[in-house]
Amino acid sequence: MSLLISSPHAHGGDSIRANMLSVIIALLPASAVAVYLFGWLALFLMMLCIAGCMASEWGCLKLMGRPSRIGDGSAALTGLLLALTLPAAVPWWMALTGCVVAIVLAKQVYGGLGHNPFNPALAARVVLLISFPLNMTAWLVPMHAPMFAASLPLNLYDFSQCWQLFWFGPEALGKGLDALTMASPLGHVKTEWSRGVGAIEALRNYDYSYLDAFLGREAGSLGETSALALLLGGMYLMARHTISWHIPVSFIVSVYMLATVFNAVNPEHFAPPLFHVLAGGLMLGAFYMATDPVSSPVTPRGQIVFGIGCGIITWSIRTYGGYPEGVMFSILLMNCAVPLIDHYFRPRVYGK
Amino acid sequence: MPGLLERLGGLFGGGVDLRSLISPGGFPGGVHPAQMKITAASPIVQSPLPPQLILPLKQHIGQICIPIVEVGDHVLRGQKVARSQGYVSAPVHAPTSGTVLAIEEHAVPHPSGMGRQCMIIEPDGLDEADQSMPSLCDYLDEDPAIIRERIRLSGIVGLGGAVFPTFIKMLRDQRHPIETVILNGVECEPFLTCDHRVMLEHGDSVVRGLNVIMHAVAAKGGIIAIEDNKPDAVDAMREAIARAGFEANIEVRVLPTRYPQGGEKQLIQAVTGRQVPAGKLPLHIGVICQNVGTAKAIHDAVCMGKPLTERVVTISGDAVPHPANICARIGTPMPFLLAQCGLRDLSGVRLIHGGPMMGERLPRMNVPMVKSTNGILAMRAESLYSENAQEEPCIRCGHCVEVCPVGLVPNELAWHCRNDQFDRGQEYDLFDCIECGCCSYVCPSHIPLVHYFRYAKGQVAHIEKERAFAELSKARSEARDNRLAREQAERAARRSKVRKSGAAEAAADASDDTEAGTSGAESGEKAS
Repeated sequence: MSLLISSPHAHGGDSIRANMLSVIIALLPASAVAVYLFGWLALFLMMLCIAGCMASEWGCLKLMGRPSRIGDGSAALTGLLLALTLPAAVPWWMALTGCVVAIVLAKQVYGGLGHNPFNPALAARVVLLISFPLNMTAWLVPMHAPMFAASLPLNLYDFSQCWQLFWFGPEALGKGLDALTMASPLGHVKTEWSRGVGAIEALRNYDYSYLDAFLGREAGSLGETSALALLLGGMYLMARHTISWHIPVSFIVSVYMLATVFNAVNPEHFAPPLFHVLAGGLMLGAFYMATDPVSSPVTPRGQIVFGIGCGIITWSIRTYGGYPEGVMFSILLMNCAVPLIDHYFRPRVYGK
Repeated sequence: MPGLLERLGGLFGGGVDLRSLISPGGFPGGVHPAQMKITAASPIVQSPLPPQLILPLKQHIGQICIPIVEVGDHVLRGQKVARSQGYVSAPVHAPTSGTVLAIEEHAVPHPSGMGRQCMIIEPDGLDEADQSMPSLCDYLDEDPAIIRERIRLSGIVGLGGAVFPTFIKMLRDQRHPIETVILNGVECEPFLTCDHRVMLEHGDSVVRGLNVIMHAVAAKGGIIAIEDNKPDAVDAMREAIARAGFEANIEVRVLPTRYPQGGEKQLIQAVTGRQVPAGKLPLHIGVICQNVGTAKAIHDAVCMGKPLTERVVTISGDAVPHPANICARIGTPMPFLLAQCGLRDLSGVRLIHGGPMMGERLPRMNVPMVKSTNGILAMRAESLYSENAQEEPCIRCGHCVEVCPVGLVPNELAWHCRNDQFDRGQEYDLFDCIECGCCSYVCPSHIPLVHYFRYAKGQVAHIEKERAFAELSKARSEARDNRLAREQAERAARRSKVRKSGAAEAAADASDDTEAGTSGAESGEKAS
C-alpha cells in the first residue's frame, strides 16, 4: 500500500492492461481476415508468436528478478503484431526467433515496458527481413485470391496440410516454396520498375484491383492485406481514445499527397496515390505500429511531425529504395527521432 | 449544433471536446470526472454550535494574525479577535459569543498534519453579535476605498479554496482598469455543491455582492460563470439579476461542464478567450475573478455589517450516511460536522479537505473547518484511489499531455522531477503547473504525477532558499575579508609612515584605537 497523500484522490479508470486489450480487440478484424486468407497457418503463426513473446517476457523478468508483468498484455500484443507482419509461410523457428528478438533485444534490454525506443515487433521484423530475406518476401498464395480462383496451389483450410507446412516446410508436402507463392503488388511494381516498366503498366499486367486491395484479397503479410479490417480496428481505437488521430492521419495523408504530386507529374512512371495507400503495410503500420505509445511522440504537434516523417520515408523507400516496402523502416527511423521531436514540439504553455 | 459536437467528441473518448475547436473561449485539455454531486438537491442546513470552536490564526495565504484578546476574555460574534500582520493577511473574528479558553497550538487542516496557533472559544450559547460595524447599505455612494477597507476588516478571503485575501484583488489601479468582474460559480470539483446551493438559496446576496465588487473596482460589466450541469442555478441567478434590475451590466454565462474550468486562469480563458500572460495577474488584462461564496460574504460584510464567521460546507463521500450542505461557523471541528451527517465512527475513514481532484488528505481528524473549507469528504480507505494506486512504468501514451489545461508535458516533467533534475524540470515549466490533477486522473500507469510536481516545487523552493542564504553568507564573508585586508594594509601603511617619520607614541595610540573599533564592529556583525 502506498502512503501517498497527494491529490487527486479519484481516477478515470484507465490502465495499461485496458489499453493493450483494446489494441488486441482492434486487431481482431484483421486477424479474422488473416485466418480467412491463410487458414490454419494464420492461426498457428499467431498462437506461436503470442506464446513465444509471453514466454520470452516471463523468462526475462524471471532472470532479472523483476515481478512478472505478463498480465498487462503488452507481450501478447507484441506477439500478435509480429505475427500479423509475417508472411504466412515463414518457418516456425523463424517466427520464434522474431519473438525472442522482439522481447529480449528490442524491449527488455532497454529496460522493459515503457523504455524501448523502437517498436519491438517492427524491430524483430527488420532483423528477420535482413537475416532471412528469401522467406520474408515469399508471399503464400492466399485463399480467395481472384487470379488463382481456379487453381489454388494449396488448400490452407486443410488442417493436416497446414500442420505439415508449418512445422516441416513446403518440402514435407513435396513442393517448392516458389510453387506456393506469388508476388505482392508492391513487389511486382518494384520488380517491373527495375526492368524499366512504369507503374501503370505494371499494375495492368498484375491484374490489380483497388477493391481487392481494400477488402484484402491479395498477397501480403498475414494481417496487412485488408485495409477495411484495419480501418475498422483503427476507428475503434480512436473511438476508445486509445490512440489519437494525429499519427495515422498525418502518415497516410502525407503518403497520399506525395504520391498524388508525383503521379500528376508522371502518371506512367509513378504509382497512383490510392495504390500507395492500400498497398503493403501502410494501414497496419499507420494505425497499430506508428501509434505504439512508447516509441512515438507524446505531443499532438510532435505526432503530426512524426506521421509526416513516416509518410515521406515510406513513399521514398517504396519509390527509390531497394526494398519494395518502406513502412517498417520509416517507422523505425522516425522512432529514432522521437526524443528530438518531443523536445522541439512541446505544446504552448498557458500565458507564454 | 453544440450538442451534436459534444456527442461526436464523446465518441472520441471524452478527452477531445470538439466544441473547443469552434468556440475560441474554451481552454485546452481538461477531463470529465464522474460528477458525484449527490448533495445538489439538499438545501443548506444550519449547524448547531459545537461545544468548542477552534479558530486557527492563519486561514489565508499570507502572514499569521496576532491575537488581540486574552485567555478568559468574553468575546462577541463578529468581534475581531486577531489582527492581521503585514499586507497579505486577513483578520480573524469570533464565530459566536463565548469565552476564550486558550490560545495554543492545535492541529489544523493541512496535509502534513501540522499544528498552528489557534484560539479555542467556548460558546456561551447566546450568540450575541458585535454591532459595532455599521452596514453600508448605500454602498454605491461610498468611496471604493472604504468598501475595500470594510472587506479587509471583515476578514474576507477567496472562499473557492485559495483563500487569498480578497481586498488585495480589489485594487483600483489607473494603469489597469478592470473591465469585467467574473464570478466563479463553476464548481467543477466532483462532490462539491456548496457554491451551487449558495447560488440557489442566496442568489440575491450573490448578485448584490457582485455589484459591490463592480462598484469597488469601477468595472463596467459582471459575468456569473456557471457550468451547464447546474441549470437550476443558471435560472436562479438570472432571476436574481432581474429582481435586482442589473440586466444591463450583469450576465450569466453558461459553460460546458469540464474540469478544471473553475481554475481562475482556465475560467478567464473560457469566458474571455484570453490568457493571462505569464507572470501577470488577471487585472493586467482587465479582469478579476471571485467565487460566488466570496461575493455573498462581501454582501454580508458590506450591506449587513457581518464579518466572515460562517460558510457553507459540503459534507459528502462514500463513508457519509447522510451527505449534506451545512452552513457552519468557522472553527467548528470536523468530527462534529460529520456526526451531524450520521458519521460517528471514523475508523477506516479518510478525510479529504476539498474535492477529490485537488483536495488535501488530512492525516488528523480532529481539525476545525476553516475559511477555505468548501467540502469535507469522508471516504472509505479502500475506495480512495490515491491510497490504493500502484505505480507502473510510463508507457508514454501522451494522455497527460492532451488533458493538461496549461500545456505542459507532464510525463517528461515527472521524469525530471522524480530524478531530482530540477533545472530540467524548470525548463519544462514546472512552476506553471496548477496541480489540477488531470494528468494523474487519466494516467493508465497510475503515476502520481502531481505528487512529483509538488515534491519538486518544494525542493526547488528549499534549494533557492539555501542558495540565497549561501550567497548572503558568501557576500558577508567576502566583505569581511576585504575589510580586514584593507585595514591591515592601512595599518601597515600607517606603521611604515610612523617608522619613516620617526614621530612616536601619539600615532601608535591612534592605531590601537582603530583596532578596538573594528573588532567591536566584527562581533556586532556576527551577532546579526
